[in-house]
Amino acid sequence: MPDLLLELFSEEIPARMQARARADLQKLVTDGLVEAGLTYASAGAFSTPRRLVLAVEGLTTESPTVREERKGPKADAPEQALAGFLRGLGITDAAPVMALAGQPSGAHVHLNGVVVEVRDDKKGQILFAKVTKPGRPAAEIVAEVVERTIRTFPWPKSMRWGSGQLRWVRPLHSILCLLTTEAGSDVVPVIVDHLTAGNTTEGHRFMAPGRFAVSSFDDYRAKLAAAHVVLDSDEREAIIWNDATTAAFAQGLEVVEDKGLLAEVAGLVECPVVLMGTIGEEFLGLPPEVLQTSMKEHQKFFSVKAHSGRIEKFVTVANRTTRDDGATILKGNQKVLSARLSDARFFWDNDLRTVKAEGLEGMGAGLSGVTFHNRLGSQADRVARIADLAERLAPMVGADAALARQAAQVAKADLQSDMVGEFPELQGLMGRYYATAAGLDAQVAEACQWHYSPLGPSDVVPVAPVTVAVALADKIDTLTGFWSIDEKPTGSKDPFALRRAALGVIRLVLGNGLRLPLADLVGEDLLAFFHDRLKVYLRDQGVRHDVIDASIAMPGNDDLALLVRRAEALQAFLDTEDGTNLLQGFRRANNILNQAEAKDGVEYSFGADPKFAEDDTERALFTALDAADARIRPALGSEDFAAAMSALAGLRGPIDAFFEAVQVNAENPILRRNRLNLLHRIRSACAQVADLTKIGD
Amino acid sequence: MTATTPPRSFQEIILRLMTYWGSRGCAVLQPYDMEVGAGTFHPATTLRSLGSKPWAAAYVQPSRRPTDGRYGENPNRLQHYYQYQVILKPSPPDLQALYLGSLEAIGVDMDLHDIRFVEDDWESPTLGAWGLGWEVWCDGMEVSQFTYFQQVGGHDCKPVSGELTYGLERLAMYVLGVDHVMDMPFNDPDSPTPLTYGDVFRQAEQEYSRWNFDIADTDMLLQHFVDAEAECDRILSAPETDWAGRRIIMSQPAYDQCIKASHLFNLMDARGVISVTERQAYIGRVRALAKRCADAFVMTDAGASH
Repeated sequence: MPDLLLELFSEEIPARMQARARADLQKLVTDGLVEAGLTYASAGAFSTPRRLVLAVEGLTTESPTVREERKGPKADAPEQALAGFLRGLGITDAAPVMALAGQPSGAHVHLNGVVVEVRDDKKGQILFAKVTKPGRPAAEIVAEVVERTIRTFPWPKSMRWGSGQLRWVRPLHSILCLLTTEAGSDVVPVIVDHLTAGNTTEGHRFMAPGRFAVSSFDDYRAKLAAAHVVLDSDEREAIIWNDATTAAFAQGLEVVEDKGLLAEVAGLVECPVVLMGTIGEEFLGLPPEVLQTSMKEHQKFFSVKAHSGRIEKFVTVANRTTRDDGATILKGNQKVLSARLSDARFFWDNDLRTVKAEGLEGMGAGLSGVTFHNRLGSQADRVARIADLAERLAPMVGADAALARQAAQVAKADLQSDMVGEFPELQGLMGRYYATAAGLDAQVAEACQWHYSPLGPSDVVPVAPVTVAVALADKIDTLTGFWSIDEKPTGSKDPFALRRAALGVIRLVLGNGLRLPLADLVGEDLLAFFHDRLKVYLRDQGVRHDVIDASIAMPGNDDLALLVRRAEALQAFLDTEDGTNLLQGFRRANNILNQAEAKDGVEYSFGADPKFAEDDTERALFTALDAADARIRPALGSEDFAAAMSALAGLRGPIDAFFEAVQVNAENPILRRNRLNLLHRIRSACAQVADLTKIGD
Repeated sequence: MTATTPPRSFQEIILRLMTYWGSRGCAVLQPYDMEVGAGTFHPATTLRSLGSKPWAAAYVQPSRRPTDGRYGENPNRLQHYYQYQVILKPSPPDLQALYLGSLEAIGVDMDLHDIRFVEDDWESPTLGAWGLGWEVWCDGMEVSQFTYFQQVGGHDCKPVSGELTYGLERLAMYVLGVDHVMDMPFNDPDSPTPLTYGDVFRQAEQEYSRWNFDIADTDMLLQHFVDAEAECDRILSAPETDWAGRRIIMSQPAYDQCIKASHLFNLMDARGVISVTERQAYIGRVRALAKRCADAFVMTDAGASH
């Protein structure tokens, strides 16, 4: 069983693309091999900045032979019809086949590796061809699959270089493709434009220049390691994290964890060397988030913090060792960091000066010159709308109306700050710092920071009332705005992230147990959009979609908190035996009633009278319904759905007994009408709680 | 790898780059005689990256970015600075190695420093151009842009040109170990008249910063923009043959007007008279000019594809 080793050696592959490329390489090649009839035991893909590698173990030596039979025309068919059939088989001379006509069934000729046979059939003599596709050696298949993989590789962005037409993420320099058995290894003859596969590769660009040959994956990996290249990105990540945390620990410090950064840095180096450096004293007064963001975004440094939480040092990862143990590299990095942080400090000082002189409103004055959307006005227009709405929402969320208005008016001001101009990801956070510096109420500062939240299904939901008011107003304004100009999400297109905004509103409402009359705020059409998003959200929480539908169908459905409580109670109820049985009873009653109403053309809706009851079970049902009604109404009044449903559960026994003993469609029309009206009472008792007709099986 | 003797001045670094790339087959050109925002605007790059004729050039290009003016006070930011630009068409297979050789030539010891190629896709919305490549980091500092041009002026680059852009001041400051650009020795510090970068440029930085930010006549700038746009159109609309029957397509005079428009836009931007919404419209207008110039250039002998 041979093993396959494939290395695509190129100029530096962007770090962010490597994980996906590994998975794509593995899938494209192994799928191609399997499609061509080969099997394999296992496969693994690797990447460094300069190479994409696949190792496949236990590949079959060849694909199996495939035999197939093709049915042709009649033996005495005109020559033209015959010619088409023979052409498909690669046979040029028709004469020997034509000579088969009239021969006994089973007579055949061998032509061009194909057996053509004549057989008797109901309709006469028919020609059959037996084609044998011989198995192909693995090397041939690998060569084809690798070439196709290279030519069709799904890079997010690819390029041409030099005079060639080939596309790759960056110039592709060499292909190493080997099939290795115990007997030795052979280069697979892959040719892609000007590149011909070989058995050589390169080590670290600076520490081990020059090409070398390899004979197997183990040999490859070992020689790379000797040439200062750690092939496996997981291993590089482990080295970086281990060395960084050890170095920090030795000084009583702690590396701030950042998985994304770790993966990125591991994708930038072949030979990770961790170096820890110091941040200049003069920058330690900057907000820690600014330090962290600046170091991460510009320099790809990890932050190192003291136990107090203060960020005091950084870790950078070099791609090599040096004779001065990285001293020059560290010095250079430190210098670049100082220049960066000088910029950050310049922004910070500038912004603070603006805030002190003109307040946060002054900082945000320029928003009137920033277009939010050409049909929805400027950012300043939007801020004014949000302020009005936040003030209106304030009493509903328990916030001070004046503070909510003020918070909304300044919440976007930091978008005009130098710092956010440089680091857009600090929006909100800088708002908090600047609001605090401006001496604004702590609730306002908090709203500046958190009013964008929640940003996704798992993001934290703000609970501070002023923040909640602004967060809701921000999102509702976005939704009503884009709705008003008919920019609604379609399919996978949601350029303004309106689904996220709606989910944000839903999570704010539910997370804070808010009672908002959404219909008044957003209108019917947008309310339906909210219901769609709510369904998706609740489904992820494990609530059945039919249960949600049964709750949405009830009045007051724009009160999302109420809607969800109803749905949760209903789902819990339906999970009990009482619930399932009551549902059966309701359906039976409802079906009989529907049929009768359809047949009679009337609605049986009131007037059931216990005095016409004949049977004990019938009388018992009357009593039970009276008792249930007496409990349901107050329970619903206090929005206690569980109690209302438990009252319904009490009907289960009497309903079952009633259907057991009584025939609804009695001969006597008075009895029948009375019973139908009684069924209506079951229906209406249930309908107060939820629309059970929406519940599926 | 052997370390080269360290250079002693800004100009020595420029001279070494000239020598290095000249000895590697580049035509060592002079700066383009117009105000541009970057070396890419030089017709030796924009126009020559079009068509199929091989090309190899290297040059210094003074570049102006009015919004970056800091009155000569910021250690790193200047409204007028130098780029060193290398353009090779088709991009040779050993371009990365050639580039690294140029760093060694200016005294970067490869055994002591950490050189990295970090993803950076280049796009110039005003030139209708884009390419893929990297910013090159030396010990965490960006010292060059390295780009494989894919499209310029809306035309696919066939063959692909490799473009290297060195930010000269920043690179030289690093190599010379200087913290403030104005302190950097411009000529040899031991010469009879030693001059720093500040001696040469501080005064100019102050004057231009003031003019760029406060004084430039915005109405005039706008009028000049409109004029350049109109002249570009007029040039390109002229018949291909002149009065004597010679076929002369004037892509380069037209492109000069495009360069002018682009710089005027930058000046208006520095004066803060261009709103966010207008910005895109102005960029689109310059791009339209660049595209038409590219369309014209590929009809000429120099820009033809065979």
